Amino acid sequence: MHPLKDKACIVGVGETPYTRGTDRSQLSQILHATKAALDDAGLKPHDIDGMVLPMPMPTIEHLAANLGIPDLRYSASSNIGGAAPVAAVQTAAMAVALGVARHVLIPVGWNAYSGAGVRGAGRSGPVGLPPSFGLTMSEYYMPFGLAVPAQWFAWLATRYVEQFKVPLEGPASVALAARKHAQLNEKAFMRGRSLTMDDYRNARMIAQPFRLFDCCLETDGACAIIISSAERAKDLKQPPVYISGTAEGHPLPADDIPGRKDFFKIGLYFAAPKAFEMADVNVRDIDFVQIYDCFTHIVLLELEALGCCKSGEAGQFVQNGRIELGGELPFNTHGGLLSEAHLAGLNHLAEATRQLRHQCGERQVKDAEVGVVTGFGDFGDGSLAVLRR
Amino acid sequence: METTTKYKRLLPPMRGLARDFYSYCKSHELRFQKCSGCGQWRHVPREMCAQCGSFDYEWAKSGGKGQVFSWATTSQPMLPQFADAVPYAIVIVELDEGVRMATWVVDVPPDQLRIGMPVEVVFDDVTEEVTLPKFRPRK
Repeated sequence: MHPLKDKACIVGVGETPYTRGTDRSQLSQILHATKAALDDAGLKPHDIDGMVLPMPMPTIEHLAANLGIPDLRYSASSNIGGAAPVAAVQTAAMAVALGVARHVLIPVGWNAYSGAGVRGAGRSGPVGLPPSFGLTMSEYYMPFGLAVPAQWFAWLATRYVEQFKVPLEGPASVALAARKHAQLNEKAFMRGRSLTMDDYRNARMIAQPFRLFDCCLETDGACAIIISSAERAKDLKQPPVYISGTAEGHPLPADDIPGRKDFFKIGLYFAAPKAFEMADVNVRDIDFVQIYDCFTHIVLLELEALGCCKSGEAGQFVQNGRIELGGELPFNTHGGLLSEAHLAGLNHLAEATRQLRHQCGERQVKDAEVGVVTGFGDFGDGSLAVLRR
Repeated sequence: METTTKYKRLLPPMRGLARDFYSYCKSHELRFQKCSGCGQWRHVPREMCAQCGSFDYEWAKSGGKGQVFSWATTSQPMLPQFADAVPYAIVIVELDEGVRMATWVVDVPPDQLRIGMPVEVVFDDVTEEVTLPKFRPRK
């Protein structure tokens, strides 16, 4: 048995309201979400002695100073974009399982709508790009006018659609399912705004093949989760959610999309078998998936990398309600990045935790026992966690 | 000092290996790194060979012929410097030597692009200092 299997748990989750427009700084947002996660777990700020940051701002020092942590024993950061929150779960699980820290905080605060979001790129050039692929981009892509995610993900999606003749109903089913689920989630930014196939089809093109509703939201807010050892989790307020399997994976090369021999061997393709093996779980046995949904076509690629269907077949797989609540494999039951909010996917972990505690009310996946959360970062970094109650 | 260039778009930073790559373009030569250890061609330029680990390479001349592998058609202005070009496609071209690069295919509207479309390199002297390698359809 894998030495890390079920040795760590998600014990607390919390968030701020998800909005467009805020008076709070990202630091303030994170502190509010952290407080909510601590309350959820029944812990105090001083109980936190470890931190893994999936986004570089604010710094670990800032956070520890504000929380007044007397003895921060472990700190790390994971700088792989949207794959970072789930990858941080692996790092945090190792830390608490080995006793390096007792309670590890993973926070994401992102005022992407009001602050330096992707839309900022249109005015002043890419903001806050990790130096790894920022270098490739500035030297070899930007002189040709490519600098924002909708463009580089379009490279993958165009090849995917052309090679496999993916029907429009494929990505549309992803967008519509996410929006439908958001209607059942009081936190979802898109609650109260339904979406029809006509709305989807008639929306303006952003970067082909992405129409408006293929693209994730830009919102303001923060989310936080707390990881503790399985031993300690038993004594806390909430039913523990066990981290049964985790893995991260990266395409080669991870800093240059055109240079990849096999275009669709994304990071998740390498990570998924490892995490399923560690958890001793078959993809057919999972009750729901919370998938990193930066763009709908990328969700299709991830479903294939997870092994839900064969390469090129996800466009059919997702149709006819299969990924909706009540279907065979409910997906993004909170609405995801497409319809809840963009917290780099940490909100997917919060939702998976609540689903496995059976706290999701009318959007609860009946009898949910095992769920999967994925991350997808930058040019194709991947991560996933197999969680169980 | 004479300032004749009206080119307002983004330019590559002329440093390190990028300077070497674009310097050859300025001489209207498309050259890629070729490993002296195992003969593997590569792009984007790297310090060492990902296949055999050798630090030794030459800048080998490409035949400049290849085909369209994928593209990203930008429908909305995303970079102010390229707003006048919308809609434009950033095309991935696969060279006959096996390497792939981001570029433009000129004389082809984005909706006419096809996977496998045969193309050949043309050099666009966008400023006095910088030449960008682009492609055009070949018969």
